Amino acid sequence: VSHRIRLIHAGGVILLAAAAALGVASAVLLAIGASPLATFAVILTGPLQDLFGFTEILVRAAPLILVALGVAISFRSGILNIGAEGQLQIGVLASTAVALAWPELPRPVLLPLCLVAGVAGGAAWGGVAGLLRAKLEVNEILSTVMLNYIAAQLYTFFLRGPMIDPEELVSGSGTPQSMRLPEAAWLPRLVPGMRVHAGLILALVLAALVWLLLWRTTFGFRLRAAGAGPKAARYAGIQVERSLVLAMLLAGGFAGLAGAVEVCGLHHRAIEGISSGYGFAGIVVALFGGLHPAAIVPAAGFFGQLLVGADMTQRSEGVPANMVLVLQGVIILAIVSAKMFIDNPYAIERTGRLLRRLGLVAVPAADERGEP
Amino acid sequence: VTLHLLHDVLALGVPFSVALLLAALGEMFNQRAGVFNLGCEGIMAMGAFLAFLAPHLLGGTAWGPWGNLIGLGLAMASGLLLGLLFALVTVSFGAPQGIAGIGLQMLGWGVAGTIFRKFIGGVTGVEGIAAWPIPGLSRLPWVGDILFNHTPLAYLAFLMVPGAWWLLQRSSWGLRVRAVGTHPRAADTMGISVVQVRYQALMLGGALAGLGGGYLSLCQAKMFADDLVAGRGFIAVALVYFGRWTPLGILGGALLFSLAQALQLAMQVNGIHFPYEFAVMLPYALVILVLSLARRSRQLGPAALGKPYDRERRA
Repeated sequence: VSHRIRLIHAGGVILLAAAAALGVASAVLLAIGASPLATFAVILTGPLQDLFGFTEILVRAAPLILVALGVAISFRSGILNIGAEGQLQIGVLASTAVALAWPELPRPVLLPLCLVAGVAGGAAWGGVAGLLRAKLEVNEILSTVMLNYIAAQLYTFFLRGPMIDPEELVSGSGTPQSMRLPEAAWLPRLVPGMRVHAGLILALVLAALVWLLLWRTTFGFRLRAAGAGPKAARYAGIQVERSLVLAMLLAGGFAGLAGAVEVCGLHHRAIEGISSGYGFAGIVVALFGGLHPAAIVPAAGFFGQLLVGADMTQRSEGVPANMVLVLQGVIILAIVSAKMFIDNPYAIERTGRLLRRLGLVAVPAADERGEP
Repeated sequence: VTLHLLHDVLALGVPFSVALLLAALGEMFNQRAGVFNLGCEGIMAMGAFLAFLAPHLLGGTAWGPWGNLIGLGLAMASGLLLGLLFALVTVSFGAPQGIAGIGLQMLGWGVAGTIFRKFIGGVTGVEGIAAWPIPGLSRLPWVGDILFNHTPLAYLAFLMVPGAWWLLQRSSWGLRVRAVGTHPRAADTMGISVVQVRYQALMLGGALAGLGGGYLSLCQAKMFADDLVAGRGFIAVALVYFGRWTPLGILGGALLFSLAQALQLAMQVNGIHFPYEFAVMLPYALVILVLSLARRSRQLGPAALGKPYDRERRA
């Protein structure tokens, strides 16, 4: 099969998958009486109208990149981490606790300490699921989903109880949120007057490091080997269980760091709903980016735009924010379906036959026909 | 006092188990046919929403008296369609079932939430389906409340336990389901269409999960909110492991979970207080505990569970 047929095949599958996803999303939009064209137009152009919209995309891209990097590591290592949402919240709790416990520390000490605390919190939460899978063969999808629900309750427990801002109790409003973090724990802002912060740079640097880790170190090779073929990897002397736990520690650490970055860079205090679904959106970003850091970065930009655009359509078109979940769901289904067709040799062969019958590709010479 | 508490826990817990039971029986058919459907959560959300929507819209019209039935019908139909979509993606296309299930979950949850937020908004109650006490039996001392004072859907769900057992173990369709879930290639060789049986099982499972969602909004909570399902779909999937893929085991698991939940409520009512958040956590923590202890039963599961079947590829 020629290279050209392969390319046309892959392009066709991707177009069909995108059309199917857009079709389902349009049907839902029509059902609520919104115009699909107007909605998609607002999502695609709205956030790019001014500097504020553009920087807001970057604000959302930073946690998305971090979560997606962790998800990519875990998926490539053969463990499906759905628990980023919970790991992120534990990361927020840990870094907030550190910042509020030692507010007198100077910035060069406190800020890194907060970020490390976030990583540690998320890694611990993810590590639980890794250990359960490695030692007791507990399905990691179910355990991470359950740990998400538990983390959400722990998070509100701490914000309403032990960590609540004393002023909220004095004023009587009782909003569940922590005290404001000391300024020494804040990540610097990148553009004056805009919310985009240094967390984005951290995410970009880590994207490069994850690429190095996975494709340029023995450790990364072991992780990927354990994910690609656990039996073969075990035969080659790789401790598969160990790499599952390590992958979950890393994945949880990245999600926890995303939480730390949100609290240190953006909100400067732990608030309710701080994760705003980044844990789930990050899974979609990782899949959309083909579980590769180089593609995850632009994919996070695209989904950042989707999130900002969805906020805008809520105001302009009256489309509820839950629409983002619909889009994420259909995108996941479209990606996993398309993937099965792109590499399927039989499907490629069928496309080739179709193209030849339509006369779009030359019929191969007799000596080439024998090849599979 | 202890006996009184026990009575309260049982009377509360038995109806709680119905939604879990319906969804888990459906998931059992999926898994027995070899497909792991994590989208159960999204299907339940969709079912709960549609079952709520019909009586909400039809109330006061000529169709009003039929609102609840139409709602349950819509819930089952939507479950069947979502099961069909999942079958298309995982059976026909052979996509990895775990991730596809998460996609289906987001889709079902998102669609229900989007339409709900657009047209209804906040938490809204419905009249729902009232209990049908069984004459005579419901007035038995102590056990009357626990066993014979439920909504019709609850009786139906409990009757489904032997029904599902018969369908799976004694009908020829059940034999085909078990065959494609255990050794699809052998089943294929015997002339059973693996694709067709898996489609049927996923549609049946979806319809039952939708009905379970409908029970939640119409019989249990008598209202709808975005987060009404709250992980019950995932718990139902875990119950199938816990119940070792048998209807009776699943019934036991569903009762265990709902009794734990009822116990926590009854303790709060009886003045034993602990933070609300920890009470809510309890069932989720219980799932993890149960899955950790069910390690050895995993070998009893369907051999081809989670593996897509492609007749064109060599085994």
